[in-house]
Amino acid sequence: MDIKADKSLDLRNVLCPINFVKTKLQLEMMEKGQVLEIVIDDGEPIQNVPKSIKEEGHKIVEVKKEGDHFRLKIEKR
Amino acid sequence: MADHFIEDKITRVPVKKEGQEVKVDFNELKSGGFIKQRQKDLFTVRLRCPGGRLTTKKLIELAKIADKYSKKGVVHLSFRQSLEILYVDYKDFDNLTSDLAKVDHKVASCGPRVRVPTACGGCEYNPNGLTDTQKMAEMVDEKFFGTPTHHKFKMSFSGCPIDCARTREADLGFQGVVEPIWDEDTCTGCTICSRACKEGAIVSHQETGKPIYDAEKCIYCGDCIRACPTESWKAKRYGHFVRVGGKHGRHPREANEAAVFIPDDKVSDVIQKTIEWYKENGKRGERIGSTIDRVGVESYMKFMTGAFKSGEIVAGAK
Repeated sequence: MDIKADKSLDLRNVLCPINFVKTKLQLEMMEKGQVLEIVIDDGEPIQNVPKSIKEEGHKIVEVKKEGDHFRLKIEKR
Repeated sequence: MADHFIEDKITRVPVKKEGQEVKVDFNELKSGGFIKQRQKDLFTVRLRCPGGRLTTKKLIELAKIADKYSKKGVVHLSFRQSLEILYVDYKDFDNLTSDLAKVDHKVASCGPRVRVPTACGGCEYNPNGLTDTQKMAEMVDEKFFGTPTHHKFKMSFSGCPIDCARTREADLGFQGVVEPIWDEDTCTGCTICSRACKEGAIVSHQETGKPIYDAEKCIYCGDCIRACPTESWKAKRYGHFVRVGGKHGRHPREANEAAVFIPDDKVSDVIQKTIEWYKENGKRGERIGSTIDRVGVESYMKFMTGAFKSGEIVAGAK
């Protein structure tokens, strides 16, 4: 079952920590409870971005691996 | 009992102070963190800054004092996180000491004794931090600073396995660890943990995506816990990895790994017992690492059995 995203960011080929910064800025513009979808690369981005999103207090509600990148859905808290 | 650790060659020089002649004992000075410089009559004054942390208010006060007493108007940030006032004339020692006392700051030490502990930022503000290294450093400094030993005795605290405080080079080092525990029911098999683990200790199952954990490879950094979106990886327990006998200098020696998951409230016991073992087994002028090499690590581990009970002994403590 797919969770519907209110907004989507393609962060493939965007390096750390810019990918996280872009995610954070987008989340700041959204309402509580809304869902942001991001696509990030395997490797360093998937090692770091989910941790940082959690540290900011948001919730990752869906994770999908698609080839060499990941599609994450984040609920703004 | 302490005295035979401190004596050495005593150099006394006459000093004229307010018309009266007083003696300055250079060796005592060194034990108090006053270090002779290349330049005649000039000393470096090493301040006591456990964990390298100062309040901004204190820093302002110390800056004023440094500016008043350094003949060249310079300070040096030492390798072990202290603030050193350079080019201080020994005739100013009394005034400097009383000025420091006014802002409630103390001088560090040199020589064969427990030195000021070093520490990274720790869990208070560093996202990687697992232990409150700053608090530990403060507690340890309060309790053990200046304790006479056979040679210098340096302790350090790292908050995580990245080990910025270099516990492998410390006479006694404590590095933060966390043991992860996994809950199958809440796990969605998203595979992020296997990506987050830089040690190859977590592999995702081909079909389910759920983690297969290899404790042998785990270094207890907690990356899996921090990355897991569903809180399926949790902290079972926090503690310290204990390393002993490390040093750098002319002949570096990597510390022996002794115990893991020692809780905060047992760190003090570990230090106490380690110093006891060192005092009993070491020789004057010998670092604890050399004592371990000479006497054997088994002797140390045996002596520490009680102190390490709160955690686990590192298998084949090497």
